[in-house]
Amino acid sequence: MKGLNFHIAKREPMVWYKNMLVRAAAILASLITSAVVIMLLTQKNPLEIYASMLSGAFGSSLRIWSLVQNTAILLCISLAITPAFKMKFWNIGAEGQVLISGLATTCVMMFLGDSLPYPVLVIAMIAASVLAGIVWAVVPAFFKAIWNTNETLFTLMMNYVAIQLVAFFLKYFVKSGSGVLEPMPQYGLPVLFGQSYLLNIIIVAVLTVLSYVYLKKTKHGYEISVVGESENTAKYIGINVRKVVIRTLVVSGALCGIAGLLLVGGTNHTVSTTTVDGRGFTAIMVSWLAKFNPFYMVLTALLIVFLEKGAGQVATDFRLPGAISDIVTGIILFFIIGCEFFLQYEILVSKNGKEND
Amino acid sequence: MLAFLVSAIRLGMAFLFGSTGETIAEKSGHLNLGIPGVMCVGASCGCFAEYIYLSHAKLNANAFLAIIIPIAATLFGSAVMGLIFSFLTVTLRANQNVTGLALTTFGVGVSDYMIAETGPIYTKGSRYFTMSLPFADDLGWFGDIFLSHGVLIYLAIIIALVTSFVLTKTRVGLNLRAVGENPATADAAGINVSRYRYAATCIGCAIAGLGGLSFIMDYLNGNWEYCIDAIGWLAIALVIFTVWKPGLAIVGSIIFGALYIASSYIVGVSFAGKEIFKMLPYIVTIVVLIITSIRDKKENQPPQSLGLNYFREDR
Repeated sequence: MKGLNFHIAKREPMVWYKNMLVRAAAILASLITSAVVIMLLTQKNPLEIYASMLSGAFGSSLRIWSLVQNTAILLCISLAITPAFKMKFWNIGAEGQVLISGLATTCVMMFLGDSLPYPVLVIAMIAASVLAGIVWAVVPAFFKAIWNTNETLFTLMMNYVAIQLVAFFLKYFVKSGSGVLEPMPQYGLPVLFGQSYLLNIIIVAVLTVLSYVYLKKTKHGYEISVVGESENTAKYIGINVRKVVIRTLVVSGALCGIAGLLLVGGTNHTVSTTTVDGRGFTAIMVSWLAKFNPFYMVLTALLIVFLEKGAGQVATDFRLPGAISDIVTGIILFFIIGCEFFLQYEILVSKNGKEND
Repeated sequence: MLAFLVSAIRLGMAFLFGSTGETIAEKSGHLNLGIPGVMCVGASCGCFAEYIYLSHAKLNANAFLAIIIPIAATLFGSAVMGLIFSFLTVTLRANQNVTGLALTTFGVGVSDYMIAETGPIYTKGSRYFTMSLPFADDLGWFGDIFLSHGVLIYLAIIIALVTSFVLTKTRVGLNLRAVGENPATADAAGINVSRYRYAATCIGCAIAGLGGLSFIMDYLNGNWEYCIDAIGWLAIALVIFTVWKPGLAIVGSIIFGALYIASSYIVGVSFAGKEIFKMLPYIVTIVVLIITSIRDKKENQPPQSLGLNYFREDR
């Protein structure tokens, strides 16, 4: 072969600011690509597109609240799946775990709302949603731990079981037959300082710190990372892998339960099959892109919600179908996923090296 | 009963395309969770091409072209999706699950966008796809079940059979399975792992894309529905249900089709009860998943390096 030879090799870990630089470059490249795509579709000036994106996310105090609130919910789900993913337990069932907890919360609000005093009602809501989330997560974990049943597909199927249960619930209990349950804000979680989203945001902020401590500073967190790195090592140093798998999924399911509680009790006050709206899947990317670090997750969750809101605004402003936001999110994810390569490997170029021929 | 069976077969073939495509990819070691997105893109590319051809040709539309153009567009669109996936996972060694999920987000977006541009009605185009043999009607139930379908239905079965043959009886299939089981050994034996993975994923995606087209054109008679991604997830489930055997998937897909539509055909099920019935395919998959893992038979296991990327220098 004549000319240059390319050779790929594993890179020494880079300094943190270089890492950040590569990631920033990837995000920049993805923003340019998506602007070019939108430009081709609309023939508009890309600067106008960015302006529209920014206004969609930060344009008014209402929009900022909505941005932060959506970030909080997405972050909560991401925190929930992180322990499982760190253990290399591919839980892609957060969608179902959150939805089923939302359904449990709705049931408590609907059937016990009138009969229980308010503080007891709130406790019942918390208990129901956390329990539902745990059940939905532990069933696949149990089979994984005992018989090594493939958890990716198990949890995926559980999503659809949850969706169908919600569909059944709505058709069975909504008297009008419309399949839409009227919101019940009177039974919702308490509102702090007149800001309806504030409580959600505070709870998720606390959970972020707790997750960080749990993952990085406790024995449980250590066991999770060992099982994730190598199951054999874990067994060798005397970790009961089955116990860790099930325990971690209890934690994961409980956090999903809280996400469901915040979504239904603190935000929508009702449930529908699209309550979770794909966040269970988006959360996987949030968590993975942040390298399972809860504090980085704040940034990645914010980035993704910003993109969705911004692209949604672009769609409204330039009369494009709303699907454009999915396309843009997809493009940006491709870039961020792809840039990991440049963090881990380097491309060496040698001139027609003899040793290669 | 007859109508139920015919419907089950037509829906089943959409699953069959998807699961055959996914099987090919999984045999090479790629767990492609982007299949739902690929099927969406496949369907919308086909519909888009059909829309353009029919509005261009007006009354002189040629039946052969009206079928072959959308199929070509579908193959192309979904193969491009496969190319994106393999570029990220093979060349850039990105995590397969994450890439697949991103591909699904992207694919659903692209397809919804294209449908928003053309509108959701393709009944004219569907008529070409559902054209059956002229004498099918004269043969009673036999004709209805076996001969009344459009071209894509037969194509699904042919592709599944050919795939099954190639995987088990040819050298290419043997190499492909080696790549999926143990890429390092395959590499040492002189098999180009990257090339096999690229090819398997792109071909697999192209086939899966046809599933989306078949779902719209054959099962829904050209009326677009925004649920192709759900069909895609079921197609992935079908791969496990039929333990990575495309031949078995022919029967499995019809069972899945039957389970999926059973609620509409059973008399006396309430409006709400139907939703419970729609859970059946998912529950059946879970049960199969559990049973295969408990029985732990060697030939029924997933390819050993499924979901893992291969990097020669990592060994």
